[in-house]
Amino acid sequence: MAEYQSLFTQVQVRTPAHAGVPLPRGTWIRQGTPRFSYLLGKIGDAQIGPIYLGWLGVASIVSGIVAIEIIGLNMWASVNWDPVQFVRQLFWLALEPPPPKYGLSIPPLNEGGWWLMAGFFLTLSILLWWVRTYRRARALGMGTHVAWAFAAAIWLYLVLGFIRPILMGSWSEAVPFGIFPHLDWTAAFSIRYGNLFYNPFHCLSIVFLYGSVLLFAMHGATILAVSRFGGDREVEQILDRGTAAERAALFWRWTMGFNATMESIHRWAWWFAVLTPLTGGIGILLTGTVVDNWYLWAVKHGVAPAYPEVFPPVVDPAAAAAR
Amino acid sequence: MQPPSGYRTPPVLIGLGVGAAVIAVGLALTYEAPPIQTSQTGFRGLAMVDVQNPRRVADRVVANRVPEPQPAVQPAGQKAAELYENVPVLGDLDVEEFNRLMAAITEWVSPEQGCGYCHAEGEPLSSDKLYTKVVARKMLQMVGTINADWQAHVGATGVTCWTCHRGQPVPVGTWFTEPNPMQAGGGAQGPTGQNRPAPLATLASLPADPLTPLLSGPDAPIRVIDNRVLPLRGQLGASIQATELTYSLMHYVSDSLGVNCTYCHNSRSFFSWDQSTPQRTTAWHGIRMVRSLNQNYLLPLEGVFPKERLGPLGDVPKLACATCHQGAAKPLLGVSMLKDYPELAAIKR
Repeated sequence: MAEYQSLFTQVQVRTPAHAGVPLPRGTWIRQGTPRFSYLLGKIGDAQIGPIYLGWLGVASIVSGIVAIEIIGLNMWASVNWDPVQFVRQLFWLALEPPPPKYGLSIPPLNEGGWWLMAGFFLTLSILLWWVRTYRRARALGMGTHVAWAFAAAIWLYLVLGFIRPILMGSWSEAVPFGIFPHLDWTAAFSIRYGNLFYNPFHCLSIVFLYGSVLLFAMHGATILAVSRFGGDREVEQILDRGTAAERAALFWRWTMGFNATMESIHRWAWWFAVLTPLTGGIGILLTGTVVDNWYLWAVKHGVAPAYPEVFPPVVDPAAAAAR
Repeated sequence: MQPPSGYRTPPVLIGLGVGAAVIAVGLALTYEAPPIQTSQTGFRGLAMVDVQNPRRVADRVVANRVPEPQPAVQPAGQKAAELYENVPVLGDLDVEEFNRLMAAITEWVSPEQGCGYCHAEGEPLSSDKLYTKVVARKMLQMVGTINADWQAHVGATGVTCWTCHRGQPVPVGTWFTEPNPMQAGGGAQGPTGQNRPAPLATLASLPADPLTPLLSGPDAPIRVIDNRVLPLRGQLGASIQATELTYSLMHYVSDSLGVNCTYCHNSRSFFSWDQSTPQRTTAWHGIRMVRSLNQNYLLPLEGVFPKERLGPLGDVPKLACATCHQGAAKPLLGVSMLKDYPELAAIKR
């Protein structure tokens, strides 16, 4: 019998390769001879292929490559085409958005024009991939839950790089492409607008983010723990509760007084995951456009508490000099 | 139903072991080795703490050694200007005090090179032939200005030549404007002033040079956070790029003083003065002092310094926080040398 205490998948089902369910006629067919990989089977399905790209997939990958080429080559140019420095400084390098003086106009290529172009192609690539997830789900007769979850992430991406900069009237408000630079941007963004910690939608986003992690761990652990009783047949057990579902339910009732069901746990997980970028995007969208200083906003609305003064009162020396 | 026997633990242990090793290597390469000591400075629960590493504290004690004061002298009753020629700045000092100060300056600034570092060999003592003597005179006036006009920053502790020089003719904490790094140029992205390891900003990818724009000019805006809840229509406040420049400067200040952000700020609101510590006021005056000193004492020395003392772009060496502080929140750990040389607070300017 299979064991479920390991980090790695213990079961590798090896049947003749599954070519996939019959599909309505499309422009492309699934291509390639399926292969099996033992190592990939340790973390997922061992069968690789056949592959379906379609014109949406190809267009998305081409746009994505164009975007990454623009970003990477500009990074490489910024170390004067030095391959060693490119690798050493890779985490520091970036393609920056245009400086503030250009507003929403089209800047010269070397002053943010490349950033705009990379952003266009990256966005195109992501949107095409979204259409692909939608269309493939439809072609398989599935629901489109994955596509809409992906759309939630795209919402946050578009708010950061497109919608909010347009509302602010400047591309310079957008995020640079780069590892450390985009983290520095995040810190600077929070500082500039008076501490995002006090942004209630930021709070919500964190709740859903950490909640997603917690739910994911609880659900994965529960199903693995009752697999020996057939709990891996989650979908059947939605309606036809077996001993696995009942043991799992009882376990959570005992330990926390309430339990989800084999169906509802997946809705919990989906909504927590989707609400993370949805609420986060709203929080970003309000920052600078509607609220200028989240700390002062929180003080005004009684969210930020006052603490006893420990230091002697400090006043702004610039204001003191003006008086 | 009887659960199947024989749980196999080794795969779990191997997985955990590999994971732990990866995490350990990541931690070792990323973070400062413990112990890190924190001591609470503000109200409880607000993370208002002073963060220090005992090893660095020990290094700091060594680096902030203070030399013994020169032996006291009996006044001769004669002014330096009456005995020596060309002493426009220190001429009012008693001759004995003057000579004592000269001995102290030699010990502080050029202990190996001796008097000849400023006084050209074979020339009368009054000669201004060496540029070092002209610079030294300007620096004496600067010390006088700091001690007399900038007590908001230096308090009664004051400064002497040693505060910056520490026995070195060129203090270690001066800075120059660095040229942009070599880039491919052309149509590719041009210089952004950031996005490379920035030594002045603790190797962050923030703007590499916060000092030239913010501390060499008279009045560049450092504040980027608006003191209002709601934005004003049609008024774009400070940009993210300006914020990053300020952030970079704050990295530099923090690194220069060997303190974390909460030495001056409450991180719940960096801009809010009523949340800040009194040290922030001292630092505010310090920033104004640095600007004023660069404007009035360092930049005017253009043309005096020989080429080998200038930066890669031909600018004169300038000062900032690290020049005096050198990693200590209070230079020389707060020891006042001025009390042994009170004449340094009353220099003719």
